[in-house]
Amino acid sequence: MEKTIKKSSLSISEDGLEKKTSSKRLEVLKTYKIYIGGQFPRTESGRYYQPVNVSGKKMGNVCLSSRKDFRDAVVAARGAFSGWSGRAAFNRGQILYRMAEMLEGRKAQFIEELIQQDSTKTKAEKEVNLAIDRLIYYSGWCDKFQQLFSAVNPVSSSHFNFSVPEPTGVVAIIAPQGDSLLGLVSLIAPVIAGGNTCVVLASETKPLCAVTFAEVLNSSDLPGGVVNILTGKPKELNEWFVTHMDVNATLYCENDSAIQSMMREKSALNLKRIFFYDTVNWDKTKGQSPYFIMDTQEIKTTWHPVENIAGAGGGY
Amino acid sequence: MAVKTNKASPKKTNTIKLKFDTSWSYAPAPESKSAATINKQYDLFINGEWVKPAGGKYFDTINPANEEQLSEVAEANVADVDKSVKAARTAYEKVWKKMPAKERAKYVFRISRMIQEKARELAIIESLDGGKPIRESRDFDVPTAANHFFYYAGWADKLEYAFPNRVAEPLGVAGQIIPWNFPLLMAAWKIAPAIATGNTVVLKPAETTPLTALKLAEIIQESDLPPGVVNIITGAGATGAAIVNHPDVNKIAFTGSTDVGKIIQRAIAGTNKKATLELGGKAANIIFEDAPLDQAVEGVINGIYFNQGHVCCAGSRLYVQESVAKQVIRKLRDRIESLIVGDPLDKNTDIGAINSKQQLETIHKYIKIGKQEGAELYESSCKLPGKGFFCRPTLFTNVAQSNRIAQDEIFGPVLAILTFRTDDEVIEKANNTPYGLSAGVWTDKGSKIFNMTKRMRAGVIWANTFNKFDPSSPFGGYKESGFGREGGLHGLSAYVNTV
Repeated sequence: MEKTIKKSSLSISEDGLEKKTSSKRLEVLKTYKIYIGGQFPRTESGRYYQPVNVSGKKMGNVCLSSRKDFRDAVVAARGAFSGWSGRAAFNRGQILYRMAEMLEGRKAQFIEELIQQDSTKTKAEKEVNLAIDRLIYYSGWCDKFQQLFSAVNPVSSSHFNFSVPEPTGVVAIIAPQGDSLLGLVSLIAPVIAGGNTCVVLASETKPLCAVTFAEVLNSSDLPGGVVNILTGKPKELNEWFVTHMDVNATLYCENDSAIQSMMREKSALNLKRIFFYDTVNWDKTKGQSPYFIMDTQEIKTTWHPVENIAGAGGGY
Repeated sequence: MAVKTNKASPKKTNTIKLKFDTSWSYAPAPESKSAATINKQYDLFINGEWVKPAGGKYFDTINPANEEQLSEVAEANVADVDKSVKAARTAYEKVWKKMPAKERAKYVFRISRMIQEKARELAIIESLDGGKPIRESRDFDVPTAANHFFYYAGWADKLEYAFPNRVAEPLGVAGQIIPWNFPLLMAAWKIAPAIATGNTVVLKPAETTPLTALKLAEIIQESDLPPGVVNIITGAGATGAAIVNHPDVNKIAFTGSTDVGKIIQRAIAGTNKKATLELGGKAANIIFEDAPLDQAVEGVINGIYFNQGHVCCAGSRLYVQESVAKQVIRKLRDRIESLIVGDPLDKNTDIGAINSKQQLETIHKYIKIGKQEGAELYESSCKLPGKGFFCRPTLFTNVAQSNRIAQDEIFGPVLAILTFRTDDEVIEKANNTPYGLSAGVWTDKGSKIFNMTKRMRAGVIWANTFNKFDPSSPFGGYKESGFGREGGLHGLSAYVNTV
């Protein structure tokens, strides 16, 4: 590992006496682990990989997640689904807002990691700001999109009939390779705002802030299992994201027609809903909209008879 | 319910055997065939004209109630499909997408009106060709088909209100493949929203029930709809595959089995074709002990025996709370005895003919499996006509959750009855299926209704009712019952790009 030993900013010693800044203090490195069911395990496979940035620096020993990790994560996501989808929409909104608060508080760390992942300071700052704002944006949608996309249907018979969106279930997300923070947040937020739970594969080459984002989630009152984040290679895992029988929808962001074709074909196994976001610019206004929430919603229509007081035909 | 006042000791009202007028028999009340015209032969409806099939082949369509030939219809091959897609493409580019939406709307309104004008003829042909009771084709299939066109016609020039902050654009050419259970209605469900939103259409009806779709083609011709906007071609699976695989089709809309739906999803992988799939189901119909049992029994009967059980959203799994199971089963057995099975054209008929020999064999196969798996069979003692494909209304008790008759879609008049004790148990059982099209719940307690309707994973939930449909009400499934919605505001999304 070629992590540079940075100067410590500590200027007060343990006994409170002022001391000269020591250049000898060894920085504590972070172990980049995955996030499943609200815990931070290492990959069950024990494997790792070392993503390298443009300047050739190795960024860490990152978990190379396996198919088994993915399956464990789906179990966690499925387990969390009824609780999360059953929460009040207002409460989900507050938790997304809390995520934004936590992200704001850790801004510096994300900027630093983005810079390690080849961003510039200005760009990194912009990306973190946008990611925070995006969480706020979807926080607000949590208890509003239903009103916009619901309907009371004026059926001809004597029935009360209404249609509402409901979360589709467990969503498997392969996050964009490029916008390692903004892309990740832009995919997760609409999925969980709508009450789904998800398993996300972070950018392969830029995984650092995805892992740190898991720490944000962990301190945001978001129940364990609602978002599960894996690191690893899409090439290895793509297929399992569409063949797993307990996944209801898959989101994919790269413009790779061979993989898109494979995914759509395999999604037929249990008729997963599948969406390709390869043309979306996450830093533009079109990178956020309630229509992203609706992609992982199902429409449920409910009928109930209305008693005909004057006419014939009784109550049922 | 009738109150019995004989000397027998008074029983609780809901344990008395229902009296269904057994002393009176119904005289035949057949609908006249003379109000309908069926040609000896039908060609393909392409670009506003009747065209001979390129392969020169025709196949018979028969009346499943007496196995007699009704007509012969053209079999479209790849060349015919190509011709119709080209016609649809030209009509889309040159005429339909440029036409002001309010003008488009008026054509669709006109089609609706003409269906109403020819309602009686369409109903007769529907019952002749498909075997469904005339009462259903007359009172449900045909009027609902007309209403569907009328409903979507009105949307044509109002799409900017349907998609907030977006502009809705048509997709182009839609390839549409429909099943044999509601032939005209499914054609309406497919064509109406597609053309109202500015798409053009190639539609293939099922090979056993092509006639009402061909009659609809005559109506469309009569309505002066620009040639090529709607093309209707007949054929079997190979014709359908040619539509799905045609490179110039932008959208596939399919209603049918989950197996074929999966084949279609695989076939269009690697293309930009959009799809809506409306597939199979194995709906749970749940009766709680506090439900009004007589109404619930009527609902269950309607849920499974409507259209001979050839309904993707049929309530084919009945879950009865243990405390009332005995009563409910007794009432159901009494009730199926009173169902009239026979001539589809007789206005008194409740259960008509099974659509085809092949489907009858499938149903018989499942009845055999049900018995082998240890479930207890009960069927009506009614006499079946000597000719044609008929099946007695059947129910199974002592069914286990893992039995195939509780898992597989049978698509016939066969009900599997299971029991439960608690809310959580029945939710677990009801949702334990790869399907998620529809579900039903019967209880008098409002809060319980909403608890159930919320937790059941299905696209359409009927509470204290079953098998109700309306053009304004979205229909479609969760999970392996497919994706996309048909009907209502939500049915528009299937035929537009929102940019």
